[in-house]
Amino acid sequence: MEPVLHVDKIYKNFDGTVALDNFSVKVQAASITGIIGPNGAGKTTLFNVITGFLPPDSGSIQYNGQLLVGLPPYKIARHGIIRTFQQLRLITRLPVLDNILLAFQNQAGERLRNIFTFSRLIKIQEQANRKKTQELLDSLGIRDKENALVEDLSYGQQKMVSLLCCLAAGAKVVLLDEPVAGVNPEIINIILDMIRKLPEQGVTVILIEHNMDAIMRVCDNLIFMDQGKKIAEGDPEMVRNNPAVIEAYLE
Amino acid sequence: MEYLLHILILIGIYILLSVSLNLIVGYAGLLSIAHAAFYGVGAYVAALLALKLNSPFLANIVCAILLTGMLGVLVGVPSLRIKDDYFAIATFAFQIITFSIMNNWVSLTNGPMGLPGIPTPVILGWQVNSHTDFLILIFLLCFIIVSFSLILGHSPFGRILKSIREDEIFTQALGKNIAFCKVAIFVIGAGMASVAGVIYAYYISFIDPTSFTVMESIFIISIVIIGGAGNIWGSILGAAFLVILPEALRFLGMPSAIAANMRQIFYGVLLVLCMLYCPQGFLGEYSFEK
Repeated sequence: MEPVLHVDKIYKNFDGTVALDNFSVKVQAASITGIIGPNGAGKTTLFNVITGFLPPDSGSIQYNGQLLVGLPPYKIARHGIIRTFQQLRLITRLPVLDNILLAFQNQAGERLRNIFTFSRLIKIQEQANRKKTQELLDSLGIRDKENALVEDLSYGQQKMVSLLCCLAAGAKVVLLDEPVAGVNPEIINIILDMIRKLPEQGVTVILIEHNMDAIMRVCDNLIFMDQGKKIAEGDPEMVRNNPAVIEAYLE
Repeated sequence: MEYLLHILILIGIYILLSVSLNLIVGYAGLLSIAHAAFYGVGAYVAALLALKLNSPFLANIVCAILLTGMLGVLVGVPSLRIKDDYFAIATFAFQIITFSIMNNWVSLTNGPMGLPGIPTPVILGWQVNSHTDFLILIFLLCFIIVSFSLILGHSPFGRILKSIREDEIFTQALGKNIAFCKVAIFVIGAGMASVAGVIYAYYISFIDPTSFTVMESIFIISIVIIGGAGNIWGSILGAAFLVILPEALRFLGMPSAIAANMRQIFYGVLLVLCMLYCPQGFLGEYSFEK
């Protein structure tokens, strides 16, 4: 089967420190791929390269056969590749609602020439997006937080909101950077349940996580990387028992 | 009575300037120190057209908006590639250059001597010459610009501007073309500032470069911040406050030997107090710092 995302022989170094070393991966559509590895293994760098925030030194990235390297981040996002950040990025001084409304793509009211000519269309679209936002919040049981400022939410709730932003943006591929790190077990369950359901909606998930238990619960495919290289890939159970992985996680 | 009308007209001009700058500084978080430059370009374009071509007011205002807008693109595209403090410095440089051109290109701008004798405007047969007429004209323009800004600010486009102010990376990651949005709002703000310039030139009927210095830019920034960055009504209130304050200080009845100096000191102290006890401004939801 053709992979939805094909990362091919990516190199990236920062002033001589190799962050990605001949890294390749083929991600199948509607699958969940986990990435583990010690700090500094290049996991977040990989996300930054895929989403266009960092240019790779060499190598190519294809999404459904389309070359992504060289596109600015917003164009990559418009292809439906949406990410979250390890240091949560949300607009903390604005309500949850505004954060999620921002995420919707192709809003008529984002185009200047529409604002004064199609105000009715914009209003209708805005109401529809508002309704979708409420449904999304409902699905995670945080509907009551709609008008709360993001800064007033718990860390776990903020992680939920950043996941919902990806969904509101109509992501085809979501890149989640530590979606459950530092979150209490109850919320971990809610978030993992949501992630588990994404492939049914045709969404492909790639996630970075240190929580091995969480990884084992959701991933179809697991990659272990160290010093920018892919050390092992395959069935999560198998990768976990790989001697290199055991060694890295025991150290 | 004339004095009162004059104050109201000045407030109107500063409402145009501060509301337009608020879109750039308050919404998008781009600290531009070039607003007086765009204000000045608008004034000079209108004055020169009126004096040399005797062209009608409405044509001049359109020309001023278009030319200033183009200038906005020219300045905005390169300087918006750099961020925060560096952007402020780039706009500061543009402000200085614009002032120098107004001051030194004597054959065009008449340099420091300024351009006197700008005729009163005629709009579709309406001869605007009394203070009352100007006040009506200013009120109309303020109404248009303020409504425009409110609609823009509350639109999904306005939401992108606010999110650019708060977190550019997050905004890009959600597929928003932030470079375009920044240039767009910078150009729109510049165009609006030129409207204030046009009306100022016609109202005073004389312009010279000293009305468009960097101090003027700072004054407009003060209005935006004291009124409340990111809130259009705040800029209106701020403009009224900062224009009336020095005038009101005239009526304190201080001995004339020290009056002028004391007024300056009072003015400064009041501004400092405002920022100390109300850093988000009168109506702003957020303090300006990031």
